[in-house]
Amino acid sequence: MTIDPGQGGAVRTISVWSRAHRGLCTACAGILAAAVAGAAILPAPARALEPARPPLRIGLAGEPTTLDPHAVNIAPNNALAWHLFEALTHVDAKTRLVPGLALSWQALSPTEWEFRLRPGVRFHDGSAFDAEDVVASIERARRLPNGQFGSFVQRISDLRIIDPYTLRITTAQPHAALPLDLDSIFIISRRHAKASSDAFDRGEAAVGTGPWRLRRFSRGERVELDRNDDFHGVLPDWASAELRVYGAERARMAALLGGDVDLIESVPGADLVRLRTNPRFAIEQAVSWRTLFFHADERVPENAAPRSHPLADPRVRQALSLAIDRRAIVGRLLDGAGRPASNLVAPGVFGHDSTLAVPRFDPALARQLLAEAGFPGGFDLTLAAPNNRYPGDARIAQAVAAMFARVGVRVRLVTLPVNVYLPRARRGEFALALLGWGSFSADLALRSLVATRDPSRGNGGWNWSYYSSPEVDRLLDAAAGEFDPERREATVRRAMRQAMNDLAVIPLHHTMASWAMTRGLRYTARTDEFTFAHEVHPATERR
Amino acid sequence: MGYGALVRIAQSLLTLLAMSVLVFVAIYLIGNPIELLVPPQANQAEMARAAQALGLDQPLPVQYLHFLGQALKGDLGRSFTSNAPALTVIFERMPATLELALAAALIAVGLGIPLGLWSAFADGHPASRATLGLATLGFSMPTFWIALLLVMVFSVQLEWLPSGGRDASATLLGWRTSLASWQGLAHLAMPACSLALFKLALIIRVTYAATIDTLRLDHVRQARARGLSPARILWAHVLKNIGAPLLNVIGLEFGALVAFSVVTETVFAWPGMGRLLIDAINTLDRPVIVAYLLLTVVLFTLINLAVDIACLAIDPRLREARGR
Repeated sequence: MTIDPGQGGAVRTISVWSRAHRGLCTACAGILAAAVAGAAILPAPARALEPARPPLRIGLAGEPTTLDPHAVNIAPNNALAWHLFEALTHVDAKTRLVPGLALSWQALSPTEWEFRLRPGVRFHDGSAFDAEDVVASIERARRLPNGQFGSFVQRISDLRIIDPYTLRITTAQPHAALPLDLDSIFIISRRHAKASSDAFDRGEAAVGTGPWRLRRFSRGERVELDRNDDFHGVLPDWASAELRVYGAERARMAALLGGDVDLIESVPGADLVRLRTNPRFAIEQAVSWRTLFFHADERVPENAAPRSHPLADPRVRQALSLAIDRRAIVGRLLDGAGRPASNLVAPGVFGHDSTLAVPRFDPALARQLLAEAGFPGGFDLTLAAPNNRYPGDARIAQAVAAMFARVGVRVRLVTLPVNVYLPRARRGEFALALLGWGSFSADLALRSLVATRDPSRGNGGWNWSYYSSPEVDRLLDAAAGEFDPERREATVRRAMRQAMNDLAVIPLHHTMASWAMTRGLRYTARTDEFTFAHEVHPATERR
Repeated sequence: MGYGALVRIAQSLLTLLAMSVLVFVAIYLIGNPIELLVPPQANQAEMARAAQALGLDQPLPVQYLHFLGQALKGDLGRSFTSNAPALTVIFERMPATLELALAAALIAVGLGIPLGLWSAFADGHPASRATLGLATLGFSMPTFWIALLLVMVFSVQLEWLPSGGRDASATLLGWRTSLASWQGLAHLAMPACSLALFKLALIIRVTYAATIDTLRLDHVRQARARGLSPARILWAHVLKNIGAPLLNVIGLEFGALVAFSVVTETVFAWPGMGRLLIDAINTLDRPVIVAYLLLTVVLFTLINLAVDIACLAIDPRLREARGR
């Protein structure tokens, strides 16, 4: 789960729990989750490729800052790491959990898991992969000074190697989401367990089991990759690839239009319209995992004057939600690159409750609710948003301020660069604060965003509204100890419904992720917004 | 001269000190970098641990003194966002920026001085007026707009030049540089030209103005009256007179090219140092910001020193003034 990126910097933390996983693990409690996703497992026959095909050139929006996969947890770094490394579990384009370096996993007891590892896998240097490497990687992720992946393994209390391809992991408390957490721990060779970040950046330690080998890493400029012909999965269609960084939208578009790259990620909304009508290019789009919403500060200090804190009244929050024209925001401000939201997580994500309807746009009803709540003449509030983090963030805030004005709520609008905005919002300086969050698992999003604040348990760390519902807290606790995915998701959905009905947050929209490529290529749009060179294919080769 | 240099070095050290204090305080006022550094699901304990690892839990003066102690040993800290030494991160980008600045400076000086001189000698001629007019236009058009225009014409429409990025796959004396291959030069062409445009306009105007003033001086007019050839007047009188002011302008502008070419670097996705500074500010990556600005101060000091020495060599009056 994540606060989200704007300028290419998503903090991606994965908490994936998804339908495939449900299918996979119907028997988490005991039965082995047999590996399903065929493509990922079957050894791919080496394909005859014309030798002279030029490298695949991809234009990235965000700059990978390091090759150390355990150091800095931002989206561009994780995306690059997936080219060179693998994790025990993987996530497919639709956020479904699939086997990675682990073929299967099962919970032996509420606190003990057994992972069966994939035999016959080799690192880029030719050495064989086994459980020792997994232990070394988890230990490194936990210990690395300044490392930002420690929280994915903090619940692990013990690692036991049964045989080279069987690993038992014990957690301090029941933790049903462990397989999802391990999707974030990249497996390095145990020979480099002590390597510094610098050794990874120089390339000598950047030795994984992934589909590509590193040829050259030039920070801020480009990464050159060669196909790993010993890869155990589907081999990439290109023998080499170049990932180039074009931070500015204009530069990225120009690179595609001018033929310098074959594919770009994060296409500017305004250009999508133009590219669609251009026969030279193709577009792929998907609703991404990022949801934008407002936290409304519900705190009422003791001895506060009556009605001095209107946002504490659910009717007022309801009125504000009804006053927002989400279709206009998505259609006009984002040029269609978004979907109005009813949930805290995107459709299809584990725990998304599809029975919740997108809030209506009904200013008349909003005014009526405000009057009922005792504010017929409206009130004043501060609405804050970052201005360089999410697509269109400042303009969206302006539009919402204008919509509120129409129902009589007078807004003092504050838009700030994200480095100033986040600390102030976390200190609770704003009545309404915009936030974006990406998550593959609704319970983890709810735990951070709406669970009652409890620093000792890591709950409610981003609960800027100070919403507190014993019912939601209880459901979330129940979900954490529930190993049956069906029942777990049902519980999470109930928590989601409760929180959204209480307007713990006021949802706005889910963003869309988009890719543009020269015609002749195809790329399956990924919900997690990652761009993978090994998932780009020639359009003619349908499989 | 020796005394002057000592004073200059002392001044620079003071500037460095002041700059580092300024950056520390400024970032402290913006916010705590730790807020942007920890993953969102981190709990209080993890945040505290991260803050401790980075030394951000200490009071600001303690953090500063610690920084100062390390800096004296040549260690400016590790970047928060890449976990690499701040100086390494900057030096990795420096060749790209130096290349770009050098190319732009060559274009600006190589064209600007001859054009400025010629405009002054041929003052009043329609072509001279046109040159000066275009120079004024060069001032007034924003760099990023020119850059976008170049991209639209030469990359997207004509497809002659690459739209951006740097190609430093060829090596020259062991350095990976764009200057060693046609492909590299093609990538360099548009960013260098768009960056040079403003400086070119400036140098034309400055050269023109200085030359006009010099041509009006009594001894130059007398030299003309004596029938000296324009070439002789140019070499013996004009260039010596305009040399010092021109060098000052060029020196300062070159410093600015190196340190602050962020707009051009962004439009052309040029992997230089300018973008690094902006990114570092956005993420409150204090070690990088401090190291960058300190290097900038050093750079400007060195350039000023070089300009002073060059001026002394050119202008005897300065030598006499300093000698006393």
